[in-house]
Amino acid sequence: MRKASTADADSEVRQARQVRSLAREVAAIAALLAGVLLAATLCFGAPADPSQIPSIFRPQSTPANSILHLSLLVLAITGAIFAVVFSLLAYSVRKFRQRDGDDGREPAQVYGSNQVELAWTVIPILIVLVLFLATARVIHSIQDAPKPAGAIEVIAIGHQFWWEFRYPTLGVVTANELHVPASNPANSTPTFLTLLSADTDHSFWVPQLAGKTDLIPNRSNHIWIDPQETGVYLGQCAQYCGTQHAKMLLRVYVDSPQQFDEWVREQKRLWVSNDTVAEGRRIFETTACVNCHAVAGTVADGRFGPDLTHLMSRDTIAAGAAPNTRENLRAWIEQPDSIKPGSLMPAMQLNEKDLEALTDYLETLR
Amino acid sequence: MSSAAYTRTTAEPEWVLPSRGRVGMFSLIGAESAVFTIFVVAYIFYIGKSVAGPTPADVLELPIFSTICLLSSSLTIHLAVRALHQAKVGAFGLWWFVTMALGTIFLVSTGREWHHLIYDKGLTVSTNLFGTTYYSLVGLHAFHVTVGLLIIALAMVFTLFRKVKPEHGERAEVFSLYWHFVDVVWVIVFTVVYIIGR
Amino acid sequence: MSSESIALGTVIESARPIGERLHDWVVTVDHKKLGILYILYALFFLVVAGIEAIIMRIQLIVPHNHFVSPQTFNRMMTMHGTTMIFFMVMPILFGFGTYLIPLMIGARDMAFPRLNAFSFWMTAFGGLLLYFSFIGGNGLYGAGTAPDVGWWAYAPLTSRAFSVGHSTDFWTLALLVSGIGSIGAGVNFIATILCMRCPGMTLGKMPLLAWLNLVVGGMVIFCISPLTAAQIMLCIDRYLGGHFFDTQAGGSAVLWMHFFWIFGHPEVYILVVPAFAFVSEIVPVFSRKPIFGYPIMVAATIAIGFISFSVWAHHMFTVGMSAYGNSFFVFTTVAIAVPTGIKIFNWLGTMWGGKILLRVPMLFCIGFLFQFLIAGLTGIMLGTAPFNWQLSGSYFVVAHFHYVIVGGIVFALFGAFYYWYPKMSGRMCNETLGKWHFWLFLIGFHLTFDFMHIPGILGMPRRIYTYEPGRGWELWNLIVTIGAFFQAAAILVFVVNLLWSLRKGEPAGNDPWDAWTLEWSTSSPPPDYDFATTPVVRSRRPLWDLKHPEDPDWKYE
Repeated sequence: MRKASTADADSEVRQARQVRSLAREVAAIAALLAGVLLAATLCFGAPADPSQIPSIFRPQSTPANSILHLSLLVLAITGAIFAVVFSLLAYSVRKFRQRDGDDGREPAQVYGSNQVELAWTVIPILIVLVLFLATARVIHSIQDAPKPAGAIEVIAIGHQFWWEFRYPTLGVVTANELHVPASNPANSTPTFLTLLSADTDHSFWVPQLAGKTDLIPNRSNHIWIDPQETGVYLGQCAQYCGTQHAKMLLRVYVDSPQQFDEWVREQKRLWVSNDTVAEGRRIFETTACVNCHAVAGTVADGRFGPDLTHLMSRDTIAAGAAPNTRENLRAWIEQPDSIKPGSLMPAMQLNEKDLEALTDYLETLR
Repeated sequence: MSSAAYTRTTAEPEWVLPSRGRVGMFSLIGAESAVFTIFVVAYIFYIGKSVAGPTPADVLELPIFSTICLLSSSLTIHLAVRALHQAKVGAFGLWWFVTMALGTIFLVSTGREWHHLIYDKGLTVSTNLFGTTYYSLVGLHAFHVTVGLLIIALAMVFTLFRKVKPEHGERAEVFSLYWHFVDVVWVIVFTVVYIIGR
Repeated sequence: MSSESIALGTVIESARPIGERLHDWVVTVDHKKLGILYILYALFFLVVAGIEAIIMRIQLIVPHNHFVSPQTFNRMMTMHGTTMIFFMVMPILFGFGTYLIPLMIGARDMAFPRLNAFSFWMTAFGGLLLYFSFIGGNGLYGAGTAPDVGWWAYAPLTSRAFSVGHSTDFWTLALLVSGIGSIGAGVNFIATILCMRCPGMTLGKMPLLAWLNLVVGGMVIFCISPLTAAQIMLCIDRYLGGHFFDTQAGGSAVLWMHFFWIFGHPEVYILVVPAFAFVSEIVPVFSRKPIFGYPIMVAATIAIGFISFSVWAHHMFTVGMSAYGNSFFVFTTVAIAVPTGIKIFNWLGTMWGGKILLRVPMLFCIGFLFQFLIAGLTGIMLGTAPFNWQLSGSYFVVAHFHYVIVGGIVFALFGAFYYWYPKMSGRMCNETLGKWHFWLFLIGFHLTFDFMHIPGILGMPRRIYTYEPGRGWELWNLIVTIGAFFQAAAILVFVVNLLWSLRKGEPAGNDPWDAWTLEWSTSSPPPDYDFATTPVVRSRRPLWDLKHPEDPDWKYE
């Protein structure tokens, strides 16, 4: 007896040791995996500046807000459905699995059940009705919203691969970077945009401000936004429009009402003549530049490309493809494919001297 | 080796299934109807939307005669098929020939109408939306008539060589379903293009 | 790769010269050979389109990557979608249908064997035409270019003005040609199922696979034709100067969208209903119970078939339709969730109270149930128009539809492969390799497509060859790409399994799974004529009746 118990005790100790070493191995693997994930997160998941993340769950404007509330309802309903059905699935796989040592007889052959089938037809119908009614309400509240007197009107025209913004009542023309005033709920100054297209289909999507709406040639669409917090909101074209669809970026600058008025005043100014850049201006106005671009206050009034009158007031060029610096501007004019291959701006084939002079001129377009 | 180990029970009621040819032809007609529906929808959608160029009221004339020919050919093909079922191969051949003639008159008439529209009225497929939708819709129908006529002509040749027998009645009937479909489509096209659209 | 090399008593067959045997395959009208041809053709394009996906994912692994140019990426994007839908999923489903339907309804072949062959070869030619674009896209003397307008080819991007050269024409014509093949297959399915059933097999007694393929046939008839019509219109615009979609002449870009999605939505149901059919055959056998609620399953499928033709504009919620228009399509879209949900419940009801065997086909079906549930739920999210205004055109949608197609349809397809491979080849697949395939693919699938929802929510649109850093999208794109490699590895294991099992798999016998439908009464593989004498059936599970004469189905149905 005693011998057996010693042997038992030995094997117990051995087993315990085995379990411990197994646990150590598992812990080591887990630590390794965690380390890899941490490294990956640090390299690539380094939290971006939250204000730069265009998440649909951080709305800053009423349409985006209404959508968020609806989406929470939808998520709650679908989440509940998932929880119920998944539990049933997991339970049946566990409970009704064929066990070892099964007697080989077939289980009860059930063909159906009218009550059960009726229940799981009626309940989904009710859920679907609730979803439909909630959704229809939000659709109408966004699409049929009236335009208040203080609304800013903007016409947005989509081009391959840039955005044209015109403020008809304010007399402003700009490109790619949209400025709007923050809207105070008490004295609402939303921005109503008319969406048009000069060529193919595009889509205006700034997730934090509104759902997307397409810009379709030979058709005008309408959206509105009323952002309440100042800041810069990011978006981009969301309908495939050709080679450089990926770099048709959007920046919406929500200014305070005073900042917005200041901006409008600046944008309406004509170009102030400056003789130090006469050479650059001559190059601009005698080469192909004037076919596409306009500079208010000069003879240049091309409409195919962005209006350049206040080019230097913008943070980026080429619809957000590059920051607006002298180097990038030069590179863009010299060889647009180096920044945005497939864009419709041609390489201007200028020599070094002309390129410098032209860039000097462009830098005066504030 | 298949082990179809079932005993055929005695006194089975007769097992009757629809004919393959008929079901197949109705399915094909379904598919073609969907194609025509899209072209008709496009035609209706674009009524009055042409930016420039001739309008239907300017240039279209009712093709009464060719319509009568085409619709009568439905009757004659029905008579042909009935004759074949009744083993009257000669009568079949005669009515079949008349059908072919009527269909050909329709096509020639359409061709003449188009010649007039293109050369006298200056309406082509690229002139404007009306031109595009008109030639596409009427042309699609004419294409279907042409295919039908080719098959009719082939059967005509077989008839002349005395290869067509009463047991081919089923096949002729299945084909006639296609021909009737083509005629029904013409009724719709005629109504949409020459009556509603003008 | 055929019955010749394996079946018993065919020594004479295997001694025939290879040229003669290949010729047999080329001129065959036998539904079994054509079914296998469809399947092999689709497997080839699965690998090709998979490589196109890997190329895209490598380009997107980090922002501002330079793995491929934007032009190349846009071509990969277009070709991946077009190939997977038209030259992978559709042929493989037609292939399984062509192979199985006659065997399951006790017929010797399809209603129109020559039409069957014609349909296959038209589809095959369409695929070759599409891929020829890589060589001949810009005309004979230009550099080859595949189409780059997206698989949906929106106007006016496809007009002569914006799509220079012939790459778009390859897209249009290849799909026109294969569309004719598809319509032929649809006609054949309908005629076969309605006109060729064996005595006793009323419509209420045929296997669900036959019912569901009947609905698919009906849908194909009315769904592919609008695409054919729209493509003819596009050809008229591009070649004859027509103005159907010419916005300068008053034409409408939205009209193309309507026509395309009138095709496009029923199309995805054409893709998923055969997957439902596989699951409806496999789950009962591996739960050892009949399908729960056969009549409702049939009714739900017919309902899905009809309703699917009324939901199309939920792909166009952002186009600027009126509030009433949008509301109507929300209604029909959420309505179709009812019959679809019912089917999921019925499959669960089949498993409930059964004796579930977790063999490889069943593993894939359980994966299907889990993933199709989630896919359906994200579909409901997308069906509520305002939510759609945020989510559409983003990676959320890409995640949703891949969840349906890969997580649902491809999983069900793998299940079908493992289930019917023994019947087609006479050999069982290797169970260990099968489990490796399943787990690798499951991990890869979830790594890729679970995390793919997140960039969409964070504002990342789709169809972009690169993206901006600093928007919080980088980590998710990395994980998505890693998952793609797991899936590629799984496919490799799968192909190895298919090839290995052909030579070394355990001989299957007639009925390795102890199943109940007529195809399991023939030898594996079946003889050329399928059935020596036409079977006569009395219930939905003829083999159950034979195996359980004391408790046959026909007493209860």
